[in-house]
Amino acid sequence: MSDVLAGGRGRGRVGPSLSYAVVNTVVRFTPLLVLALGWEFLGLSGLVSRQMLPGLGEIFAAFSDMLFGGDLLYNTLRSVSRAAAGLGAAVVVGISAGLLMASFRPVRLLINPIVQIFYPMPKSALIPVVMIWLGLGDSSKILLIFLGCLLPVIVGTYNGARGVNPFLLWSAASLGASRFDVLREVVLRGAMPDILNGCRTALAFSFILMVSSEFVIATDGVGFMISSLGDGGQYPAMFAAIFFVAGIGFAADRLYALLSRRLLRWREA
Amino acid sequence: MMNMADAKPLAGAGKSPVQKAPRPSRPISPRMVDIAVQVAVVAALAGIWEFGARFGALNPFLLPPLSVVLGRIWEDLIAGTVPVDLGLTLYRALTGFAIGAVIGIPTGILMARSALVRWFFDPLVSIGFPMPKIAFLPIFILWFDIYDTSKIIMVAFSCFFPVVAATCAGCSSLDKWPIWSARSFGAKERELLWEVYLPMAMPQILTGLQVALPTGMITTIVTEMLMGGRGVGGAMIMAGRFADSVGVFAGIVQIIILGFVVVKSLEIVRRRLLIWHPESRK
Repeated sequence: MSDVLAGGRGRGRVGPSLSYAVVNTVVRFTPLLVLALGWEFLGLSGLVSRQMLPGLGEIFAAFSDMLFGGDLLYNTLRSVSRAAAGLGAAVVVGISAGLLMASFRPVRLLINPIVQIFYPMPKSALIPVVMIWLGLGDSSKILLIFLGCLLPVIVGTYNGARGVNPFLLWSAASLGASRFDVLREVVLRGAMPDILNGCRTALAFSFILMVSSEFVIATDGVGFMISSLGDGGQYPAMFAAIFFVAGIGFAADRLYALLSRRLLRWREA
Repeated sequence: MMNMADAKPLAGAGKSPVQKAPRPSRPISPRMVDIAVQVAVVAALAGIWEFGARFGALNPFLLPPLSVVLGRIWEDLIAGTVPVDLGLTLYRALTGFAIGAVIGIPTGILMARSALVRWFFDPLVSIGFPMPKIAFLPIFILWFDIYDTSKIIMVAFSCFFPVVAATCAGCSSLDKWPIWSARSFGAKERELLWEVYLPMAMPQILTGLQVALPTGMITTIVTEMLMGGRGVGGAMIMAGRFADSVGVFAGIVQIIILGFVVVKSLEIVRRRLLIWHPESRK
């Protein structure tokens, strides 16, 4: 289930039977139930005001209101489409730039210093810059997400492409592959694990930048929705929207992990 | 344009001997040529920025000349706002990071050592790790108000997950031979922890910290932008709202320097702590 904690998976995979899997899942997610009960208890006990910790029932009611009657889906679509545009562009440009950097020395010398300077910069600092460049509309956020996601992809691709076994390159070349063929058939594939890792970091960044840019400058989107619900004091709805966004981020990462495992099927022996 | 003047002769000096023939008497390695060319690239970019903006090729509002931006930083430095802003941002980022690490590392170790702790935290961490933590910011504002407390807690919250995940992964996949040897030499659990587990998991723990620190910086800047007040993020968003593009770029330059220093310092710490490790024997 979790890639994060790869260490402890062995035990869970013993029994192939369905009931075992069900029990396993239930046991696994009981801590979440414990937390939810703690949340409810803390709210009911009156130690914390209901404003600060709305009941889970209330949150769920607000969620279904927003989902079916409100504009949660519309705002989500707006946010996610911006994130996807920025991330998609970053992946395409980043992989190309990384491959070129790894293959051609002049390109490397040109791009590397820029990467070195901007890599450690906290990307959220670009929010006011894109605001000045492109205003408050969609394009500023897409540019922000593009710039923020670009560097992890470039660095991942570059490291992966540099680490490709040179014997593979030589064999391909000696079998008559052109330089471009080698790049496409050998380097790109050999670097795939690192590229996918870089893109995973970029995916996480795209969500962070999507939400935070919408907190600061936006007129729609989930981040804007959350902050305006908070400003309006509609806390159950605010909690619902926050959990929803967190859930989308989690689901995107899971989907991505599935996809990358599929793409790397050929690799595991 | 001090940089450019410095860099040009360097780049030239690096290039010419190599083009003729690499003589052993004056060893100028390809590495040095690389560095020289890259410094020249940075200088050239700075030059394009400066003169492009000055001579109207770039809109000076969209990209104010570098010298004007540096002049603004100098003015603010004299006026005393730069140290205060940078100091506050650094304080929030590092305090949050430290809290996240101090809670995260023991939790990760306990998760690897105790089935009960792992059972409890595993689903929380595997859900919390890929989540966009920044979305929880309004909750922390609601709970802890808009001052330093909520900013630091937010930063700690976002730093916690990468640290705990890396620590747990690092401590779960340890080579068993050193542990057995230490045991057979009579090491107690506490000694085992300090002398075997921690050093062996150190590379992964440090990697976790190296993921957490930039995340913490991103979070710090966003919290400052959102809640206002002093700090580089707050200053930048104020400048942005007043269409003061020089102020925005002054902030960017400061943040680039701050991020660079902080991230590189952690790399140095890593090299120091892992001086015994094969990875530093390059």
